[in-house]
This record gives sequence, C-alpha cells and structure tokens, in this order.
Amino acid sequence: MTDHVQQTTPARKPSRLARFRQSDLWWSFTHKPSAIIGAVILTFLIVTAFAAPLIAPQNPFDPAQLELWNSELPPIWEADGQWPYVLGTDTQGRDMLSAILYGSRISILIGVASVVLSLAVGLSLGLVAGYFGRFIDNFLMRIGDVLLSIPTILIAILVSAVARQMLPPELRDVGSAAVLVLAITLSAWVQYARTVRAQTIVERGKEYVQAARLLKTPARRIMLKHILPNTLTPIMVAATLNFGMAILTEATLSFLGIGMPPSQPSLGTLIRLGNQFLFSGVWWVVLFPVVQLCLLVVSVNLLGDWLRDALNPKLR
Amino acid sequence: MIVFLIKRLANAVLVMLAVALLAFLIFRFAGDPVELMANEQMSQADRIELREKLGLNDSFLTQFGRFVGNAAQGDFGISYRNGQDVMKLIAERFPATMELALVATVLSLLIGIPLGVITAIHRGRWYSEGLQFISIIGVSLPSFVVGILLILVFAVTLGLVPAFGRGDVVQLGWWSTGLLTASGRASLLLPSLALALYQITLVMRLVRAEMMEVLRSDFVKFARARGVPRWRIYFRHALRNCLMPVVTMTAMNFGSLIAFALITETVFQWPGMGMLFIQAVTFLDMPVMAGYLCIVSFIFVTLNTLVDIAYAVIDPRLRDATR
Repeated sequence: MTDHVQQTTPARKPSRLARFRQSDLWWSFTHKPSAIIGAVILTFLIVTAFAAPLIAPQNPFDPAQLELWNSELPPIWEADGQWPYVLGTDTQGRDMLSAILYGSRISILIGVASVVLSLAVGLSLGLVAGYFGRFIDNFLMRIGDVLLSIPTILIAILVSAVARQMLPPELRDVGSAAVLVLAITLSAWVQYARTVRAQTIVERGKEYVQAARLLKTPARRIMLKHILPNTLTPIMVAATLNFGMAILTEATLSFLGIGMPPSQPSLGTLIRLGNQFLFSGVWWVVLFPVVQLCLLVVSVNLLGDWLRDALNPKLR
Repeated sequence: MIVFLIKRLANAVLVMLAVALLAFLIFRFAGDPVELMANEQMSQADRIELREKLGLNDSFLTQFGRFVGNAAQGDFGISYRNGQDVMKLIAERFPATMELALVATVLSLLIGIPLGVITAIHRGRWYSEGLQFISIIGVSLPSFVVGILLILVFAVTLGLVPAFGRGDVVQLGWWSTGLLTASGRASLLLPSLALALYQITLVMRLVRAEMMEVLRSDFVKFARARGVPRWRIYFRHALRNCLMPVVTMTAMNFGSLIAFALITETVFQWPGMGMLFIQAVTFLDMPVMAGYLCIVSFIFVTLNTLVDIAYAVIDPRLRDATR
C-alpha cells in the first residue's frame, strides 16, 4: 500500500463520498478482485431478495397461486420446462425461483437481525466488563467461558428447540424467526464481548480516558463516545464474518427441522424440503437453494476476508 | 505446576457443572416431565404418585444435586419416547459417531497437510492460488450442503457408493465397527469426507501459514546453504516445526467434530449419537437431550483441558500466564 499517494486536500472540504474514495480501504478494495466479486454478488443477491415481491413470478406463500398440475416441472432449459418457471417447480407446484428469492429474504433478514442483536449484547457487555473490571468482569467472562466450552451449534439447537416448545402453538410459526435470532445471538455474542473487553482494558489506561474521567464525564459517555469508537476495527471484521456464520447457522437449524417452518421457508427449509426428493430425480428442488445459499455465504466471506486483511495494521 | 493443574481442573469441573445445570434446566423446566411421561389413561392420583416418585417435589438444590450425582455415574434416566435407559441408548450409538469423527480427523490430516505444504512452497502459482480460493469456499459451505452435494454426485448420479446408513457392522465386544466389512467402509466414505472438508481447509490454511513462516527462518536458510536436498528441507526440517499447532488444533477440534457430526449424521442417516439427539429434539425427549449434551460437553472439556495441561508440561512459561 506504500505506492498509494494521498492527494493534497483542496480548499473546500471534500464530501464524505470523495473522502471515502481516497481512503486506504477503498484503494485495497479496488485492488482485490475477490472482494469486488464478493461485493457484486452480494449486492445482486440482496437487491433481488428484497425486490422479490416485484420481480418474482409468483408469491410462494399464497396457496391460491399454486397449481398442482404445474408441480415438479424441470428448469426451463430441460425438455419439459415451462415459462415462467425458470428454475422449475417443487412437488406442490411452487415456483422455485420465487421460493428462493423469498427464502433468501428471510435468511438475510435473520442474519442481519442476529448480527445486530449480538453486536448490541456483545459490545455493551464487553465494554462494561472491560471498563469496570473486578467482579462484573469475572462474572461475565466466566459465563462466556462456559458458552465457549459447549460447541456453538449445540447451544443454538438447544435454545431453538426448547424456546419453540415454550411458545404457545399459535405463535410458533411467527415466533420461529425471533427464536432463531435469539439462539444465534446466544452463541455469537461472546466473541464480540471478548474482543471489546480486551480493547477496552487497553484503552482505559490511556491518557484521554483519564482526562475524560477527571472532567467527571459519566462512565456511560466515556464508554460509548470515547472508548467504543477505538474498538470498532476488529469488530467490523468479526461482524462481517459472523453475518456469514449467522446465515449458515440459521440454514443448518432450518435444515434440521428446528428453524423456519415450511409455511415461511428460509433457504435452509427449502433445502430440507428438497432433500426428501433427492432420490426421485427432482434434483432442482434441492440444488438451486443450495447454490443460492453457497453464493450468499461465499460472497460474505470473500468480503470478510478482504476486510480482515485491509484493516489488519500488521499488513499495512 | 501443581497449582496450575488444580486451577485448570477446577475450571473444567466448573464448566461441567454449568453444563449440567443447563441440562438439568432443560430436563426439569422445558415441559413438565410428568406430563411428558404420563399416558392418557393415567389417573390424577397416579400422576401425583409419579411426581413424588421422581422427586419433583423436592427443593431445587436437592433435585439438581441428585441430577449431578446420577449423571456422574452415567445415569440420565429413561427416554420418554421408548422407555429405554438413556445411557444405554447413547452407548449403542457412540461407536458409530466416534468412528465417523476419527476417520474424518485422519482424512483431514492426510489431505490437509500435503495441500498446505504444496500451497506454501509453490506460493503464487495458479494451482496454489486456486486451492486458496477453494479453501474459502470450503470454509463457507455448511456441512449439510457438502453432504447433499456429495450424495447428489457420487450416490445419485454416479451410483458409486451408498448414501444412507452404516452398511454391515461387526461387533467387537460392545464396540460396533464398520471398518472390517466392505459395505461398512464404502458407507463410511461420503459421510467422513463431508465431515472432514471443513477440517481439511483449516489444516491446509494452518500448515500453509506455519510453513511460510518457518521457511523464512535461519535454520532453513542454513540448511539450504549446506546443500540439503529441497524435499528434505521441506518435509524433514520445515514440516516438523509446523506440526505442533496442527496437533493442537486437531485435538481441540475433535470435540466440535463430534458435535457437528450430528448434521452429517442427519444427512446420511448415520445411526450415531447425533441422529439420536436430533430425533430426541423433534420428539422433545428431554432425558436423551440432557444426556447427549452432558456427554459431548464432557468430551469437549476433557480434550481442551488435556491440551492445556500438555502445553504446560511442554512449555513452562504457560503455567503462570494462564490466569
């Protein structure tokens, strides 16, 4: 990155966008093909998923639009393929392309919600533990230790299974998404909390924090306004990679039958439903959701990989 | 050293107690055990009697104490679903999961180490970069997707190997093994590969990173200057110095491999502990869930503790550093 020369600042303060385009981050982005590929694919997937009601040929949740005589149609390029069922239909006559678009939307939303929630929990607990230390630090970190001593997938499965059992039956379909977000958060917050805690302990000793304390700045303000911004770099990398992990965990739980119900299928649910027909030659009902899921996670991980290298001070 | 040992063991015990508490809470409070055990014809009096017999009226601490005591002796009660002893059910399935995880570990080392060495010494070549890229995909693919794709290609399309079950097994005492029959080995192939793929990419990336570091060190330069053949430098000198972290990671990850096996087992209908657990989850068979959680966590915690202790034995600096 040494050959990158910063241009001298013009008299007028450049806009945010212009400044971003001159940053090291943007430079490393444009010079890493895998990051660009990842960003392009991810943008495309997100836009198509959220535009699903506008572009999908049918609404897969509306039983009135499903016609049984259109079931098990192969993709359009096979001999029996029919327009508009580009990727074929499943055993109930549901258009696979529409199901995948709507399914991606659910998967992405659950992924985003879990990352946001685990960030909120992890950052606040990490800040509190690192800033106050002593008993509260010990207590929170021991809880974290225990959570890390059980394989994360087990925690997610147990929480998801038990919480669904506790929900009243009429709420089970609606509550599934919330339960999944909760289950994923419970297994993911520790990582953020540990990272922030370690960074907070370092920052707490520095002069600017001492100065703020001398000015009787409230602890909450010191933590949020002064310390937090200095811990965000590693958190950004972790959050990106965890977004991929969250989508995967959701897909895994749904695949195992303890995630999204078939009435609100995420990609994992679609794969589970399709998997039952693996041997009956209806390969498209399982392969296309699988491909979509892989594209989604791979593109997120490509971005995360780039971000980790770009923000790593050792590699600058 | 003794202080370190005691601290580390106390920590392990504490974690196990916390896991036991979690298991106990699931067993006791996620649904009423009496309602889950009782059948339709049971009278109210019978239910009260059953409640008394199970000791559900005792104080929380007494119940938890009894749960831990029983669990420590391998008694997790009886399954709600078929009334069998939970420990016996798990013990029957244990060899299948163990075999799967062990074979997957061996595969990950046999494939991952050579790939890591190749990508490290031929850095920048197209095949190394290609392998690096594939490894990102390998990390991103969830194991159930890998399993489905393997089944689709090798079992459905090519029809080479069976996709379901364990094949014929041979009983060796209480241990059942599929390694001694042809059908058992063929059935093991796809599931172990599906389970190993993630681990292969991890081993490959770790070996690559370590190799690149070691190849820069002075003793390798000296060996080169001395005229030692290149393959000998790579495999005798450099690789040996990379293996320690690989061994550690393999040991540490074995526990999660057993846990993740439950996904692979579901995809391949592999009759192991994981499938038992998933069935228990769908039928809300709490004692089986609690038992599985305790046993897998026990393996996990034991391995981590052993690795830590082994490290402290090898490297005295770590004895004081850890807490």
